[in-house]
Amino acid sequence: MPYESIIVEAEPPVGIIRLNRPKAMNALSFGVLREIVDALEAFDKDDRIKVSILTGNDDAFSAGADIKELSEATPVDLILRNQFALWDRLKKTAKPIIGAVSGYALGGGCELAMCCDMIVASETARFGQPEINIGIMPGAGGTQRLTRTLGKFRAMEIILTGQPITAREAEKHGLVNRVVPVEAYFGEAKKLALQLAQKGPLAVRMAKEAVLKAFDTPLEEGLQFERRNFFLLFSSEDMREGMKAFIEKRPPNFKGR
Amino acid sequence: MSKTGYETITVEKKESVGKITLNRPSALNAINDAMGDELNSALKEADKDEKTRCLVITGAGRAFCAGEDVSSLKERYSSGSHPSLGDHLRKKYHPMIMRIRSMEKPVIARLNGIAAGSGASLAFACDIRIASEEAGLRQAFIGVGLVPDSGSSWFLTRFLGPGKALELIMTGETIKANDAESLGLVNKVVPAAELDKTVEELAHRLASGPTKALGLSKRIVNRVSNLDLADALEYEAIHQDIAGQTRDHLEAVRAFLEKRQAKFSGN
Repeated sequence: MPYESIIVEAEPPVGIIRLNRPKAMNALSFGVLREIVDALEAFDKDDRIKVSILTGNDDAFSAGADIKELSEATPVDLILRNQFALWDRLKKTAKPIIGAVSGYALGGGCELAMCCDMIVASETARFGQPEINIGIMPGAGGTQRLTRTLGKFRAMEIILTGQPITAREAEKHGLVNRVVPVEAYFGEAKKLALQLAQKGPLAVRMAKEAVLKAFDTPLEEGLQFERRNFFLLFSSEDMREGMKAFIEKRPPNFKGR
Repeated sequence: MSKTGYETITVEKKESVGKITLNRPSALNAINDAMGDELNSALKEADKDEKTRCLVITGAGRAFCAGEDVSSLKERYSSGSHPSLGDHLRKKYHPMIMRIRSMEKPVIARLNGIAAGSGASLAFACDIRIASEEAGLRQAFIGVGLVPDSGSSWFLTRFLGPGKALELIMTGETIKANDAESLGLVNKVVPAAELDKTVEELAHRLASGPTKALGLSKRIVNRVSNLDLADALEYEAIHQDIAGQTRDHLEAVRAFLEKRQAKFSGN
């Protein structure tokens, strides 16, 4: 499938999606987002791919929504365009997504980064929700995901002042997994991806699902969900192979079944 | 090559050495608003210009830099109102100091004369300080009822420890170049007549070095003072990976094996 605003590379077992609108600081137009979601869904269906990496360039992961595209929009346009349906599809990606973030991750770009399952950031990364500066507010999960990750008070400050935070601050508050020099962030994300790719794909998928469940269920329900996924994995070939390999002191050969 | 368009500073470039000269000798190169703006923009240019592989900062006339030019705040003061100094620092000095510290190429302070107040901070922010015997350093803040700014307290505490730092800050005494050298505040002191030659030699040597590795070394040193040993080891290792990927590293090793002088391209 030809993509216009992203570059998609399959380097099995890793699938790489690179935002490619450098002149627009990788602004998230409607088209870019659709392409990202299409590419992630294609990787979900591709058996060779175990993990996706979502990245931009050194200067910008994504500097936010395409303001030009939004400035003329009426509520009716927004309803008809149904952009948020794309964000809902993004949330349903089954395989893990690693965000490799450098430079600006602002507004929709920050929200996109927060849709990833892990984030490797460069030292030059900046995370923020500057929507308030142009008279709107985050609309693709910013108020919810930032608050669940950073807590009310820090999230409130970032969202109400519009002031971005540095990669180091983000690391301190648990918004990113690790911060490395700008020359190394993509390599580090790839290392992490390859590490995940060695695990049993079914187990990874169900564990991811269970972790995400923690965001919108009470503990008791989440524990039940976890238990169900745990039991389910005991019916997999990978479970038998994993345990056998452990006992035989050899690396497992997972089939994803 | 000399660039025009600046009024309070001059900017030159010779081969890959850039030079910024504070040029208000009659005011001992005190930094007024115009100079603050020009300095910030010249530093940014030197930072972005890949062909500038070493930068020298110096002053025209007998001073390096007398610090903030309070005459721009004169009207405020004479009407008896208090200025808002914090914002002034944030806007004018913080970008300057941060730019010097974060640009990934060597920056040399050529201390031709006195460096006082934020002028001393400017010198401290540089990577290496070469002073003429006529030079001196002075924490001038306390003399006007103020506290160290533009990074002075940070630099002095790291260079000297809190005891000596506070002595300099509280007495406001001028440290002569030779004493500054024994304290470790300047790297080298030479007679005034030899200053040019010494700085030029060093600048050209650094400018023909492996710039990427020099820049990464600076990045590491800037960061490790906040890290414990285990994290510092990791920070070094991850940068050694990066340095190991440079053309200059390959060239240096090859030159060594072939018993010839390495020729560095800077990346």
